[in-house]
Amino acid sequence: MLVNQVAVFLENRKGRLNALLGALSGAGVNIESLNIADTRDFGIVRLVTDDNDKAEAALKAAGFTTARGDLVGIEVADKPGSLTATLGKLSDEGVNLEYVYSYSRSGGKALILFKTDDVERAEALLK
Amino acid sequence: MRYYNEKIETMSRDEMTALQSARLVDVVKRTYEGAPYFREKMDAIGLKPEDIKGIEDIAKLPFTTKADLRANYPFGCFAVPKSEIARVHASSGTTGKLTVVGLTNRDIDDWAECDARALVMAGCDKDDIVHVSYGYGLFTGGLGLHYGSEKLGSVTVPASAGNTMRQITLIKDFGATALACTPSYAMVIGEEIEKAGYDIKDFKLRVGIFGAEPWSENMKKEIERKLNITAYDIYGLSEISGPGVSMSCPYQCGLHVMEDFFYPEIVDPVTLQPVPDGTTGELVFTTLNKQGMPLIRYRTRDISALWHDKCECGRTLVRMKRVSGRTDDMLIIRGVNVFPSQIESVLMNIKEIVGSHYQIIVDRVGNLDTMEIQVELAPHAFSDEVKDVEAIRRRIEHDMMGNLGVGAKITLVSPDSLPLSEGKTVRIIDKRKI
Repeated sequence: MLVNQVAVFLENRKGRLNALLGALSGAGVNIESLNIADTRDFGIVRLVTDDNDKAEAALKAAGFTTARGDLVGIEVADKPGSLTATLGKLSDEGVNLEYVYSYSRSGGKALILFKTDDVERAEALLK
Repeated sequence: MRYYNEKIETMSRDEMTALQSARLVDVVKRTYEGAPYFREKMDAIGLKPEDIKGIEDIAKLPFTTKADLRANYPFGCFAVPKSEIARVHASSGTTGKLTVVGLTNRDIDDWAECDARALVMAGCDKDDIVHVSYGYGLFTGGLGLHYGSEKLGSVTVPASAGNTMRQITLIKDFGATALACTPSYAMVIGEEIEKAGYDIKDFKLRVGIFGAEPWSENMKKEIERKLNITAYDIYGLSEISGPGVSMSCPYQCGLHVMEDFFYPEIVDPVTLQPVPDGTTGELVFTTLNKQGMPLIRYRTRDISALWHDKCECGRTLVRMKRVSGRTDDMLIIRGVNVFPSQIESVLMNIKEIVGSHYQIIVDRVGNLDTMEIQVELAPHAFSDEVKDVEAIRRRIEHDMMGNLGVGAKITLVSPDSLPLSEGKTVRIIDKRKI
């Protein structure tokens, strides 16, 4: 399945993440997953929320720069070895992953999100 | 209207030299008699007013600097009694005291003449509507253009700076054809027009008269595109007169100096010796006709060059090169001379950033100078992948190194997070304690 994500540019300054979270809670948006990629100078916050349109509008209004995109999402069993098996298929077929993150769900399953430049093949391999 | 004052603006070199010589002899005498600080300077080198017989003797005269003005704060440089002074202006320095100038009624009239000439150079006449968004007050920008526009007989809109949305409404509703302000404020107005969703074709703006801060050729092009105008450079400094000391013409080959009022020289900033035409150096002015506060060989710290050959516009007035920086704005980073205008030129060529918004932070870590340039990442260039954003940052660092010859650390910040003021923008923060 495809999961829509909102990416946000985050300056390396005090209080920016807090301002970002404040903008979302102020708009009544619930965050389902949050991941931060950081470098020495800036960060990129990647979000999946219950309403990405609303989230993006609220962030833009608060002066944040955003970008939307789709990730591939897969559910795997919440136990050792299950992710290795799944992602191993992609590796064997030469599908590159740009980044991966996850969040645990109740019910013994984990949702794994990853960015790839070959969404179609990745989805086909994981069916 | 081609010229505001055809006789002066197209005068032969011999006639101009004769006029300047007569005025120099007079102004040296008046300054010597009226301003004690200048008399002391001349006495110290054994020079008498009668030793100055014409413009060819100008290099014998001592220089005047901003330090002289500060030492005689507030009114000590005036050359006439206070009863003759009709107005004062003052410019803020980032360090030290204000620089105060005093004008007589004739000085105000001469200045208005300069700005009327400048407006005609930009193609304006009585039928134009001139929207003045320079600050009105102690700063000379607003009142300078205001009096010039009135003298010319254009419809003058004294908007002053600030409240950009209201300015845009006035420009649009009144059908302003000319806009006068600082280049950075012109940029703000252009950006706000875009953000508000207006179509620039619904505006009647035709020309812009921009000055009071150095700006790059690229920034000029960007303003011309955003506002759909032809941009002209106006130059001035409060010590000499406000805007209107010089002005660019439609041939855009430098700025014509109102040299019947202000005699320009270019000197080597280190040796202080005059340099030949076309050679870059520090701009020095002598106010030939000023009464209130005449200045002899005033060192402007602005970097320029002069050309005396005739311009295609028909004016014989000497041309000066657009000011590319100031001797005191020049940053020396690890021994390399860097001008903010060079940095701006590099940034304006990079599409992934908002090139006109930047800030330079200089510091010293250990014994090594560091330079950080903060630039705003354009929203369209942002991606969810670190490597893409990092590539933009590294490419700017690479271009900067290639152009400046010294490394700068580039920091990307969010759009609209850097200050872009309504008047002069502070672009450099030098934290070094040397």
